[in-house]
Amino acid sequence: MKNLKYLVLGVLFGIILTKSEVVSWWRIQEMFRFQSFHMYGIIGSAIVVGLISIQLIKRNRLKTINGEEITLADKKYNHGTWIGGTIFGLGWALTGACPGPMFAQLGSGVAGAAVLILAALAGTWTYSALREKLPH
Amino acid sequence: MLELLRQPWPWYVAGPLIGLTVPALLLIGNKALGISSSLRHVCAACVPAGIPFLTYNWRAELWNLFFVLGIGIGGFIGYQLMGHADTIAISPETVRDLKAQMHLTDFSGLLPKELFALENLSNWKGWVFLVLGGFLVGFGTRYAGGCTSGHAISGLSNLQWVSLVAVIGFFVGGLLMTWVFYPMMF
Repeated sequence: MKNLKYLVLGVLFGIILTKSEVVSWWRIQEMFRFQSFHMYGIIGSAIVVGLISIQLIKRNRLKTINGEEITLADKKYNHGTWIGGTIFGLGWALTGACPGPMFAQLGSGVAGAAVLILAALAGTWTYSALREKLPH
Repeated sequence: MLELLRQPWPWYVAGPLIGLTVPALLLIGNKALGISSSLRHVCAACVPAGIPFLTYNWRAELWNLFFVLGIGIGGFIGYQLMGHADTIAISPETVRDLKAQMHLTDFSGLLPKELFALENLSNWKGWVFLVLGGFLVGFGTRYAGGCTSGHAISGLSNLQWVSLVAVIGFFVGGLLMTWVFYPMMF
């Protein structure tokens, strides 16, 4: 069960998202209306901590717990980066949820989250089917 | 201590913990934090339909589905077992604006029931907020190659300018919806 450690980390991640109310539509509205620092503080401090951690890993050439090399792939630009990003932003403000929070909402007992996840799967499937025809 | 865990966690606790997920995933298995990929893996596993983008060895990415399953369990523990406030303490300005602009009256729960309750699927609200909203999230994240976790947290942590473009797109879309399309809908 080499995947069990990812399940455990996912549980912790889900608890953090839920306890900090990142999974709430109200918090996302507050963010897009610039009426609270909460979400900006969370995203900003997460990036700072992630950045320092990655620098430490790179500079000390740290390996995984199994002794594997740690590799960080560069993300490649295409026009989908901003077109898709803007489309996601429209959906983020509507649903108040990015993909992670949808799963946490479902776990917390929000029935509508099941519809959100199914609709998101339909969206991903549709993108996959139309991919060749879309500008990239 | 227990009481502290039950309360909503402030940004300066939650943000750094989310940030630590990035090195944690790298150190336990050389994995990059990214959640929207899970949607692609589920599509590839369930309805590949001969689509090239969905034809790959999704089993090699099973870790991602375990992580996402964990998030669901974490949502249950964090909300149902650790306790929660009935109403989220958002800023009074937001409450005022949502009452005035979107005619919301019930501020309890994680999401407004007046928009997201399943009964709303019998009118336009449910279709726009649940179905169209979810669809745009699934379509847009894959088109952009990542979501808030993959681009904003993981990508920006690794100084990827591509992720900065994506995050600017996220905010352009979110602001357009909030400031332009919402006023047209209500």
